Amino acid sequence: MVTNITNFGRSGLSDWLIQRVSAIILAVYTLFMVGFLLFNPGLDYATWSGLFDQTWMRIFSLLAFVSIAAHAWIGLWTVTTDYLKPTGIRVAAQTIIILAIFVFLVWGVQVLWGA
Amino acid sequence: MSMLQVSVYRYNPETDSAPYMQEFQVDTQGRDLMVLNVLSMIKEQDSSMAYRRSCREGVCGSDGMNMNGKNGLACITPLSEVIKKGKLVLRPLPGLPVIRDLVVDMGVFYEQFERIQPYLQNDEPEPAIERLQSPEDRDKLDGLYECILCACCSTACPSFWWNPDKFVGPAGLLQAYRFLADSRDTATRERLADLEDPFSVFRCRGIMNCVAVCPKGLNPTRAIGKIREMLLANAT
Ligand code: SF4
Ligand code: SF4
Ligand code: FES
Repeated sequence: MVTNITNFGRSGLSDWLIQRVSAIILAVYTLFMVGFLLFNPGLDYATWSGLFDQTWMRIFSLLAFVSIAAHAWIGLWTVTTDYLKPTGIRVAAQTIIILAIFVFLVWGVQVLWGA
Repeated sequence: MSMLQVSVYRYNPETDSAPYMQEFQVDTQGRDLMVLNVLSMIKEQDSSMAYRRSCREGVCGSDGMNMNGKNGLACITPLSEVIKKGKLVLRPLPGLPVIRDLVVDMGVFYEQFERIQPYLQNDEPEPAIERLQSPEDRDKLDGLYECILCACCSTACPSFWWNPDKFVGPAGLLQAYRFLADSRDTATRERLADLEDPFSVFRCRGIMNCVAVCPKGLNPTRAIGKIREMLLANAT
């Protein structure tokens, strides 16, 4: 057993599963977005904000945001452990990545539920 | 005379400040020799040339090396299989510390092998004669037990290059699964618990270099997938 404290789910198995589930959620969200844009060629502000006024769309979007946050954390954590060998630099990079993900997530919530 | 140009990685830490490639001309007389034969002809030209070999028939696993960019056993690799542009380039297995010339320090590789406890564990009372296994259960070990620990796979695996101290590597994981799959082994839970961290198994990225190079035709990637399935079944 190799000990880790900065990976997302504390266990390799949960990271692995979350990585796959979040990938599927992101794929579905992307497909939905592409489909929506194709079916609304002359997209105007009213249609766009009407879509995001609906609770299900906000939940769907938040799910996608949380998925991208988890996906990025797991993926970038892996990259840092592969390529950044000095511990100081690695921990610093991981901290910056995790903080940035947190900021983007909160910002995303604000955009979704803001005016 | 048909001369083959061979370029060999040389490094003697006692006399060389850095490794270098040395050129040799070997007369193959047009025969499709094994790479190991060529190496022994080179040793006749330069007796300081160091490499490992023993069985010279693909059984002992001691002459794993990198031939024109691909890992394999020199003794069972014919020239016709590796020669590119009429030239043979020999290097030690990548990613391991070089002791001298083509001889590498396999320490980290064996440590990972030791870590997966490569022996049968059974806490049930010992039977009078032997622990029996059905032919079907025995079949599950095919494709696993044949590994000769040549390290061709693990030293071709980028995940093992970056984290040889944490990622068990394809060879170790193939053997980990060999004991997980054995109906006579009762330590399955303990074995799985030791593998579920983000490095030991999950650092495998499915690159499949291991499968491409294994001289025994084994498939560590499939075994790694089976371990993942067992971990998932055990934890969900
Ligand atoms: S499949 Fe996995 S173990 Fe095999 S070479 Fe690729 S990363 Fe390494
Ligand atoms: S799996 Fe194949 S390449 Fe890897 S150590 Fe065993 S025999 Fe060698
Ligand atoms: S010398 Fe034994 S495997 Fe090549």
